[in-house]
Amino acid sequence: MPKTLFDKIWDKHIVTSREGYPDPLYIDRHFIHEVTSPQAFDGLKKRGIGVFNRERTTATADHNVPTKDQHLPIKEALSRHQVETLRKNCKDFGITLYDLGHPFQGIVHIIGPELGLTQPGMTIVCGDSHTSTHGAFGAIAFGIGTSEVEQVLATQCILQHKPKRMKIEINGELGKGVLAKDIILYIISKISSSGATGYFVEYAGDTIVHLSMEARMTICNMSIEMGARGGMIAPDETTFNYIKGRKFAPHGDAFNQKVEEWKQLRSDENAQFDKVLSFDATDIGPMITYGTNPGMGIRISDRIPTAEELKDISEKPSFIKSLHYMGLEPGSQLLGKPIDYVFIGSCTNARIEDLRLVASIVNGKKKAEGVEVWIVPGSKQVQDQAQREGLDKIFEAAGFELRSPGCSACLGMNEDKIPAGKYCISTSNRNFEGRQGPQSRTFLASPLSAAAAAITGRVTDVRELMKISKVDKVPH
Amino acid sequence: MKEKFNTIKSTAVPLPDENVDTDQIIPARFLKATTREGFGDNLFRDWRYDSNGQPMVDFVLNNKIYQGKILIAGKNFGCGSSREHAAWALYDYGFRVVVSSFFADIFKNNALNNGLLPIVVNDTFLQSLIHAVNKNPATAITVNLKAQTISFENQSADFEINPYKKSCMINGYDDIDYLLSLREDIKQFELS
Ligand code: SF4
Repeated sequence: MPKTLFDKIWDKHIVTSREGYPDPLYIDRHFIHEVTSPQAFDGLKKRGIGVFNRERTTATADHNVPTKDQHLPIKEALSRHQVETLRKNCKDFGITLYDLGHPFQGIVHIIGPELGLTQPGMTIVCGDSHTSTHGAFGAIAFGIGTSEVEQVLATQCILQHKPKRMKIEINGELGKGVLAKDIILYIISKISSSGATGYFVEYAGDTIVHLSMEARMTICNMSIEMGARGGMIAPDETTFNYIKGRKFAPHGDAFNQKVEEWKQLRSDENAQFDKVLSFDATDIGPMITYGTNPGMGIRISDRIPTAEELKDISEKPSFIKSLHYMGLEPGSQLLGKPIDYVFIGSCTNARIEDLRLVASIVNGKKKAEGVEVWIVPGSKQVQDQAQREGLDKIFEAAGFELRSPGCSACLGMNEDKIPAGKYCISTSNRNFEGRQGPQSRTFLASPLSAAAAAITGRVTDVRELMKISKVDKVPH
Repeated sequence: MKEKFNTIKSTAVPLPDENVDTDQIIPARFLKATTREGFGDNLFRDWRYDSNGQPMVDFVLNNKIYQGKILIAGKNFGCGSSREHAAWALYDYGFRVVVSSFFADIFKNNALNNGLLPIVVNDTFLQSLIHAVNKNPATAITVNLKAQTISFENQSADFEINPYKKSCMINGYDDIDYLLSLREDIKQFELS
């Protein structure tokens, strides 16, 4: 029977099958952070048990940490307590922690791939929904709740029911100024924020094959934003080249051997998916969201729909509520709309490639008057690399600073919050009400679009800016 | 051992908004606790209180007419973040059942792992339930997990639940109890 990539990996990780019980799925790699792990460790303590396999869990502090003066003690008492609790738990249970100040610290979904901990064919979980990011390497990776974090710590397994399989194919050449972020915002705008609930998605097609690893991670990252359990992409030369030489990747002969294994990791021809969707890359433009869920997106050059134009009329009340929250008129244009904040960061778009893209737009320019710009690298390694390449100098000259790594304004748990009523163009993944701070208003967009807005102070079609500054080759 | 789930007979609180994400159920800034208790105080925080901490009179949790252990929710409830705190907050506040026509995956799992029963009904049933509760907030709703039925007035609907999860909820077991019993198998698997 031909199998999908998902089935191949899944089936290999089932420990045992018992009638009437869900299958225990063995987990190869487990990431933890300060917010969703303390109650899981508590559970272990109450049961009087240790961690089943310490080697397979890696911890970092990211959600709650300040992005300025990271060397000083965390000011906010509760945040500090959470990070200290993580420290103590990792020490007590013997788990490797990349703490603040460590050269490997960063957002959990950025450091895994960066350190070579994320590899093809693995099962990977973390108490965080954007664990789907790691699927870009041809792994089954998905977010779990704290009870499941406890399961993994206690037994290296979780009980799971097999999701349905969906294939999303994208073919064709991307237009100028169109990035992976635009691809995924486009797909979600077409199928809605619940369009893939119950499914695990495999992305395929020549557009995907031509993407860099960073871009693939951006796409898989936002799979959860259409309700999918996770997303994955079959590994290929691009994947192997990315992994080669990374800290925890296999080296030498072991690496070559692994590559031969990894080459088998693809869906067989004629493998059956429960659902197949196809999109044409030439239809995708720079995208932006206007509402309060990631499915409410449009091409930046289009206008916001009116309630009458909605595909599903039952969505009318939430559409109206959402636009009211955003302070926007149905049917109006977003282009030219003044913005107050620009946030470039998060596990969606805070890798080195993203910062290079931003630098390519702002190089030699100044940020618009009155606009606050925050660039928060995804990890310490990204920060160091950006400094080595002099990107920090470009940002400084433009009037903003490269901060220290963390989740920051992606979820506003630390002090980086967008004030009530203010508009932020953000490279993160969620535009929910209050996500970036109480009553904050978020436009999700690509790093290029965010950089363009930083310069003009308005929602801008980056292609216009690229014409003037003659940046015509940007890597996808 | 968790609380055992038997039959529940209760009035309900209607919150028919669609796509209610877990950032609404419990905003990120209230995720700083390191225990599971106390999240109920901040359930739907930004819909429940204004920026000065004053209750917003329009929000259903602030309307004394509506009370009970059952929350009636709109389509795609619990989407977004995987934070289990959302399930803890609903449970801590006193809810034991959430009824909707569609739940996000991770939320559904988290709810089931915490003694909060997510019940999926079809849209027609959901609408008539909302209508009945709006008309008469004292409407009593019965959820029978053993029989897998939810009923009110003269209407009743069956709901699906995985048989394993059902027995866990009825007996107050959780997944770890089962997984721990497999430790030898898991060790063998690691060696193979
Ligand atoms: S950057 Fe945002 S989405 Fe990513 S892990 Fe942190 S909080 Fe979650």
